Amino acid sequence: MPNPAITASALVKWFGEGEARTTALREVSLEAYFGEMLYIVGPSGSGKTTLLSVLSGILRPNSGTVSVEGADIWSLSSDKLADFRLHKIGFVFQDYHLFPRLTTAENVAIPLILKRQNWNGAIAEAHKYLEIVGLKTRADLPPVKLSGGEQQRVAIARAIAGQPDILIMDEPTASLDGDTGHAIVSFVKQNVLNEKRCILIVTHDSRIYELATRILKMEDGRLTGIESGGQT
Amino acid sequence: MKGILKLAYKLLVNDKAKFTALLVGITFAVFLMIAMTSLFAGVLKRASATVLNIGASMWVMDPSVQTVANTIGMPDYVLDAVRSIPGVHYAVPLYSGGALVKLHDGAYQAVTVVGLDDTSLFGRPQLLEGKIEDIYGENAFIVVKDPEFPKMENPRVGTEFELNDHRGVIVGIAQVTSSGLFGVPTLYTTYYRALQYIPNPRFTISYVLVEPKSLADIPKIKQQVQALGYLAVTKDEFMDKISDFYKYQTGLGMNLLIMTVMSFIVGLSISGQTFYTFVLENLEKFGALKAIGTKSRELILMILFQASFTALTGYGLGIGLCALTTTLAKLRLPDYAAMITFWNLALAFVMVVVIAAVSSYFGVRKVLRIEPFDIFRG
Repeated sequence: MPNPAITASALVKWFGEGEARTTALREVSLEAYFGEMLYIVGPSGSGKTTLLSVLSGILRPNSGTVSVEGADIWSLSSDKLADFRLHKIGFVFQDYHLFPRLTTAENVAIPLILKRQNWNGAIAEAHKYLEIVGLKTRADLPPVKLSGGEQQRVAIARAIAGQPDILIMDEPTASLDGDTGHAIVSFVKQNVLNEKRCILIVTHDSRIYELATRILKMEDGRLTGIESGGQT
Repeated sequence: MKGILKLAYKLLVNDKAKFTALLVGITFAVFLMIAMTSLFAGVLKRASATVLNIGASMWVMDPSVQTVANTIGMPDYVLDAVRSIPGVHYAVPLYSGGALVKLHDGAYQAVTVVGLDDTSLFGRPQLLEGKIEDIYGENAFIVVKDPEFPKMENPRVGTEFELNDHRGVIVGIAQVTSSGLFGVPTLYTTYYRALQYIPNPRFTISYVLVEPKSLADIPKIKQQVQALGYLAVTKDEFMDKISDFYKYQTGLGMNLLIMTVMSFIVGLSISGQTFYTFVLENLEKFGALKAIGTKSRELILMILFQASFTALTGYGLGIGLCALTTTLAKLRLPDYAAMITFWNLALAFVMVVVIAAVSSYFGVRKVLRIEPFDIFRG
């Protein structure tokens, strides 16, 4: 196996207090490696999204550690953690969260702008990423003029524009029909995944399991199994 | 950092409906605030019109005088006593009073009569027609050509009228720096003719106008005049005294203040609410930015920039609108008193800054509380 991109150890996360306390993660440990496309699957409420949030540095666990490339991310200050997310993580949200008042190219340029790249340079670079996802001709349109699959690809272009080591995709096929969803994840595997990048995908969609390197199964906040992709 | 500000700008301006609503709210509020306060400034300036037009450095008066129109006669010895004060370069009497003029068509018209020192004619207005020495002619008066001028039936040099059964004749037409507040025409004549034509109580000097030898002499002159039982003030102090009277001892100041505060509240409500709605509608997007790696201070900067940009644009539009309407109103209504001063602009600016600060405060609070995890949960 190559080097681990993420090492999580004994992660515990609960919400609420007293009788209202709900435990979302119970002593979860895992490793995710560069060059792999790791799926986290399980029923609703099993803790998949919570795990993804803790691993990506946006939700602090109650206990346990997360190391990315050897550094404990939860020991970082909030500013350093924001920098970590900006430089190391690319997010593809379930609802895309594209800005409807910006053009497609401007949406893709956001991580570059946040990295202090000048506006024109960022837009020019965004065009390159739109070319990678096959949407160069749509660069000047607002996202609302695009189809669901195209919006998903814009979200992917935005996530990879910052050249992250880790790509996080939350239910990437949830808003798409079966063929389009499969095509999108295939595209990501072929064009975005490489030996210096790790991709974590939370999904319910068994039709794309065949594309996974490994699949982590979750239930009731626990990891219940790890399987190789395409065999579940 | 410029890129982040440009991003904030585009997010704001590209939402045309919201941005327009925000601008309309602030523009309208600024327009109302400047219109109210400029009207007040104009009224106050007009209330001090005689002080400005006469232009004396110091004014001696009865301590009970509150406005320039509210004169209380002083005995003649006050003039001599003031002239004898060390530090007084010269001192002259001034008469200011009201009278009724019977016009050519038989109608009566109230006027203000200003009687200038016969020797020096100190405080004389600038003549548009006629010669100043004609003021010494029989029954001679000079009329001021201001918005009230038509009430004298647009007199010309040679026009005759009656004032307390005395014949009066216009020998000159003058212009002055500021028109009066009370909507009556102004006639200038000599001090002694004013006393002859207008019935007066025992004491007749309305004001003693003083020119000190130097600025350093002013405190001593004030002290000596006070010892006489009278009050000496500089031109600016007299104007402040008049302003204070209208601001604090009439309902004028309070009523205009209430209207200005209401304009402020309208602006704050419209702009604050619209901006807060704008932030709420973009809350998920701000959450996404936070998840991607935007720091809290960068989000605060974006919101402050959006609020400031809107506020300053609205401020500029509000000033422009107010200047335009004031100019148009003055063309149609010569009596319209509004006068936009730097203080009006500064006050409106402060209020706009408060509107921007309050609007952005609630937006910032909301954005700082959004958790990126909520974006994942959907």
